[in-house]
Amino acid sequence: MTTGDERALLALQRFGLGGSPGARAALIDDPRGACLAEIGPDRAVIPKGDLPDTPRGIQIVTEIEERRREMREAQRKVAQAGNAMPAPQMGGEMASGMAGPPGTASRPNNPPDPDEIRLADVFAAEVKARVSFAMAQPVGFAERWAQFWSNHFCVATRRGQIMRGTVGPFEREAIRPHVFGRFETLLVAVEMHPAMLHYLDQRQSIGPNSPAGRRQKRGLNENLAREILELHTLGVGGGYSQADVTAFARVLTGWSITGRDENIDGFGGFAFAPNRHEPGSHSVMGKSYIDTGKEQGIAVLKDLTRHPSTAKFIATKLARHFVADQPPAALVKKLADDFRKSEGDLATLARTLLTAEEAWAAPRSKLRTPNEFLLAAFRAVGQAPERPQQVINMLNLMGQPLWNPPGPNGHPDDEASIAAPKAIKTRLDFSLQMARPWAGKLDPRELAEQLFGETISLETRQAVARAETRPQGLAILLMSPEFQRR
Amino acid sequence: MEPHNAYCQSMPLSRRGLLGAGLSFFAWSHLPKTASAAGARDPRFLTVILRGALDGLSAVAPLGDPDYEALRVGIALSKEGKDAAIPLDGFFALHPKMPNFARAYAAKQALVVHATASPYRERSHFDGQDVLETGLGGVGRSDSGWLNRALVALPKGERIARQGGLGVGTVTPLILRGEANVLGWSPQRVAEAPEDLAKRVLDLYQHRDPVLAKALAGGIKADQLAKGGTEMEQGGGNPAVMARAAAGAARLMMKEDGPRVGVLSYDGWDTHANQGGATGRLADLLDGLDRAFAAFEREFGAAWKETVILVVTEFGRTANINGTEGSDHGTATVAMLIGGAVRGGRVIADWPGLKTAQLHQGRDLKPTTDLRAVMKGVMADHLGLSANVLAERIFPDSGAVKPMSGLVA
Repeated sequence: MTTGDERALLALQRFGLGGSPGARAALIDDPRGACLAEIGPDRAVIPKGDLPDTPRGIQIVTEIEERRREMREAQRKVAQAGNAMPAPQMGGEMASGMAGPPGTASRPNNPPDPDEIRLADVFAAEVKARVSFAMAQPVGFAERWAQFWSNHFCVATRRGQIMRGTVGPFEREAIRPHVFGRFETLLVAVEMHPAMLHYLDQRQSIGPNSPAGRRQKRGLNENLAREILELHTLGVGGGYSQADVTAFARVLTGWSITGRDENIDGFGGFAFAPNRHEPGSHSVMGKSYIDTGKEQGIAVLKDLTRHPSTAKFIATKLARHFVADQPPAALVKKLADDFRKSEGDLATLARTLLTAEEAWAAPRSKLRTPNEFLLAAFRAVGQAPERPQQVINMLNLMGQPLWNPPGPNGHPDDEASIAAPKAIKTRLDFSLQMARPWAGKLDPRELAEQLFGETISLETRQAVARAETRPQGLAILLMSPEFQRR
Repeated sequence: MEPHNAYCQSMPLSRRGLLGAGLSFFAWSHLPKTASAAGARDPRFLTVILRGALDGLSAVAPLGDPDYEALRVGIALSKEGKDAAIPLDGFFALHPKMPNFARAYAAKQALVVHATASPYRERSHFDGQDVLETGLGGVGRSDSGWLNRALVALPKGERIARQGGLGVGTVTPLILRGEANVLGWSPQRVAEAPEDLAKRVLDLYQHRDPVLAKALAGGIKADQLAKGGTEMEQGGGNPAVMARAAAGAARLMMKEDGPRVGVLSYDGWDTHANQGGATGRLADLLDGLDRAFAAFEREFGAAWKETVILVVTEFGRTANINGTEGSDHGTATVAMLIGGAVRGGRVIADWPGLKTAQLHQGRDLKPTTDLRAVMKGVMADHLGLSANVLAERIFPDSGAVKPMSGLVA
């Protein structure tokens, strides 16, 4: 059906991060093998280096919040003493949570806040490490696979300062080491991570009949339980009821984070608070779970991974992400069957995806997401921006802010969502902006040939060749359907 | 109304990037400054590259040629009427949107070389610009440009060599790349042609990808509304932006310790469709270029009398208009010189004629003057480079192309 040229291109674009100039030619003999070679336990693990771990990330944020609290307190006292209006409050978790994605917050009338700079630096270091890692991948299948799971189990910086210190460590610690392991291991690691517990409000959930619940008026928060069922495992319509959500929420009570809560020392680890845990047995999805404290929730998670709805949900989402918005039914079935048979072995699942002929036969119809587009562009010219802030800004403006999706369902990857007029026009603007410094070193016609060979359309070839300047030619190449679709 | 304003405001990164580039001073600025000897010449030389191929027959129209009008139905300039072309001599007339150039011409500070072309004879913008900038006799990769090699060849102690070259824009253009020191400077709003690029990509999508075509068309429309309704067909750069870039470059080059050689590029001259005549897309670009001339003269101030500005493009356009009221890639075109040091008031042309048999390959204005002769003439008389150096190091293997003499006063 397809030539070696086209399959090499598919390997790089559909399953990988996009080709460097020599990559397609190097892959022609065995495109699939090159993808399969990237499956392995450590293949998606970003070396930690100097990056903070979760406790350190939370510590940084907590220190900053402490300082701001003290400042506000001092301001309040001054205002009271002067019998004046209280000074406007600045900073704090809520304020910064509403300020938009990191890097875009600006307070032009105030001197830069050193704490804000410190947070931005931590975030920028994470982005730099992630982009560098992507640049170094031969094909990039492992990275694409990891980013799929990161988006599946997304958290978002919009949920307050603490998220800005933990989104990076969350992906590096809870997701990447497990994306070629068991789905169950990945799921448990994710749901018990402080970033997720904060993002989906689990730390605020209190069992009504727990010692803490009987003392105060607060109670259950169903958010995490609901999203685990709806977005992480069974999927919407996956057979759960409101009763299941509530029961699961009771099971999860007590799951919290060290540091913030009374009587739990240390920073940024998972903590089980027995005095918040709803006592007793609870029935979730027709099965009763006896009260084993922290373990009760883990038991439910493990059973959810074995539910047929989970296999179907994950299989459909994977096929949609990698192959087509309307994926071939046969491919979805293969993946779902494999998920069940292998008990959620993700390395096996990845192999099944890569060896399924349906995954290679479908036309290249998927539009690259802004993130995929940027990484592909960097790889095509062999150069990523010096300053990670540039990547952060570009993703913000193209509508896919890194680690900051609009909701817990993550960033969309379907055409209807991505092909928004403003977003596509912004891609064009950035294409030219990126092309300016790059174009001096390369000939867009040669790059088109190296990236696409015989697979390029006559129209695109001509549009690139007829461009008025090299930067314009390169921008056209980056915006061409061949480059935009995978 | 500044259409580029909104465009740039939606891209804060772009602005920062440009400012960043503007602050990148290079090694030359650390060299000791020595006062120039009183009365010594202190020449300035600026090259303006019109990227995309300027239609020389529209900028400086051969109204005296009997075949001109028939080739240019719908876009020909006219001697009469509201938008009459400005007569330069009995044969050639200047585009009506260029009054500043006309004024300098009348003051004998501007001249035109017509039917000129670089040695390049194919029709690729990239290769054409490469030949224009490398100074080579044909297509071939070179890491340095002729203007940079000229700086290297100048006596080391002289101010012009000491103070290096100025490249306007975020990236050093090929013409200025090489060993000699280069200062990069960029106006906050760089002259660019985003509408032209958008149109090309949109055209590609309309052929290959209807979904992206619909999305991009919508995005372009929204941006235009935000900018206050600029029509996409106008294309090209914004005249005010073009003038701003020119003023900024001149201000740097007129400074006591500023660079003496500079390069400024304007995109957008690739007028394949709806080129326009006395008004329209190309007229807007020429308007911007002409305003840039006024900005140069104003900002160079006292240094204007020692300034030569050379305006070149990679090649010309077809003599005949095409089916979309534009012109396609051609061969010969015009070069322009303007500045207080130019011996102007002339159109220099060995006119080849416009009959089909007189056209290059039956379609383009035939080149009768090698553009290198013009460049070499300016380099020799204005910067004092010898014919030997010019023929060997600056424009390799160009011994047969003699420097055109008498261009500089």
